[in-house]
Amino acid sequence: MQGLADGYFVIPYTIADYLARVGPARTDVQHPAFDDVKREVMGRNAMLLNVNGRRTVDSFHRELGQIVWDSCGMARNRQGLERALQEIPVLRERFWKEVRVPGNGEELNQSLEKAGRVADFMELAELMCRDALYREESCGGHFREESQTEEGEAKRDDERFTHVAAWEWTGPDSEPRLHKEPLTFEHVPLSQRSYK
Amino acid sequence: MDLILHVWRQAGPTDRGQFVRYEAKGISEHASFLEMLDILNEDLIEKGEEPIAFDSDCREGICGMCGLVINRFPHGPQHGAATCQLHMRHFQDGDQIWIEPWRAKAFPVLKDLVVDRGAFDRILQVGGFISVRTGAAPDANAIPIRKEHADLSMDAASCIGCGACVAACPNASAMLFVSAKVGQLGLLPQGRPEHRERVLRMIAQHDEEGFGTCTNHGECHAVCPKEISLDFIARMNRDLFGSALAASSL
Repeated sequence: MQGLADGYFVIPYTIADYLARVGPARTDVQHPAFDDVKREVMGRNAMLLNVNGRRTVDSFHRELGQIVWDSCGMARNRQGLERALQEIPVLRERFWKEVRVPGNGEELNQSLEKAGRVADFMELAELMCRDALYREESCGGHFREESQTEEGEAKRDDERFTHVAAWEWTGPDSEPRLHKEPLTFEHVPLSQRSYK
Repeated sequence: MDLILHVWRQAGPTDRGQFVRYEAKGISEHASFLEMLDILNEDLIEKGEEPIAFDSDCREGICGMCGLVINRFPHGPQHGAATCQLHMRHFQDGDQIWIEPWRAKAFPVLKDLVVDRGAFDRILQVGGFISVRTGAAPDANAIPIRKEHADLSMDAASCIGCGACVAACPNASAMLFVSAKVGQLGLLPQGRPEHRERVLRMIAQHDEEGFGTCTNHGECHAVCPKEISLDFIARMNRDLFGSALAASSL
């Protein structure tokens, strides 16, 4: 799993080769991009600190995790995913109204760090469910319950989904845009995977 | 189980710090030590108090991020395990538990139980690597390595850089850490070309960071979650002697 997650197998050799050639370039904190990011991060920190609600960050994290666990697990179906896509925005709205982040933004503040991550997870969880809903086939390790063979095996839909997909973030409260890159197989025909 | 905790609270690096008494009630014996602190922190936040800052990441004993001195012992009473692998079944209902950060000049306290272990990073930056060309990984059998060396190197490589060795040492020495890194790389053919330089540089950086010298107490080995052997310090001392001689004759 670590091999998959850390990119050792995922990133092609060409990228390591490219990085080795360009080397670490000098960066300058005077660049306006630094100011923009700093302003953005500090604004977000202030927002999180000023909510001053009654619920801990962890309690929201757990509630979000339960939704994703129940509706966007290894096996998922349309009904569950549509429910999750209704529940997550409601939870996200409550997070920004009810979370309590103690301390301030001037020193080490682990609650604030966690709050920033959970705020991200709220968006990521919604995107995962949206993507899972869109992909109406069983693919890889994921089993879309509506897409199975008579024997209960995972069934791909190569006609509609022989592509890799990426979602483009278009801003908060705005629907992400789907980009597709077709997968073409010239020499080997696609077939049903079987472990029998 | 109900527990009485005495936790080191320190607002920042320049604050004096003190023990604060807390009561943790209704804790499951199946909870890990860090989960017990999570539960206490949730209570504190709900009461409007600041939670206790402590470090952790993988919570499965492989990342080296966690580390608390529990009842005087770095990583607590359990042998060969990191703090995150310690469970509350090792304690009794009604126990008093004293929880402190690593204490060493080279590991300044940032807040409560969190210390800055940047010194370890800087030691690694001067020698904890081998210089190789990028590209495809070489064939696994291209360089023969003696089984004994591969095994020893693997033992050294199990060091997770948590810093318990420093916290346990009366001299606050990090020699077990440095010797594990030097040993891991120096035992393999890929690490040999830079070995002598590496030993000198890493030990110089170790001293510069303010860690003490080793006087063979062996406390580091006793608390090491990966049970790294003191033999690696002996190996490194021999390497240091050879490297220093070689450097002086140039």
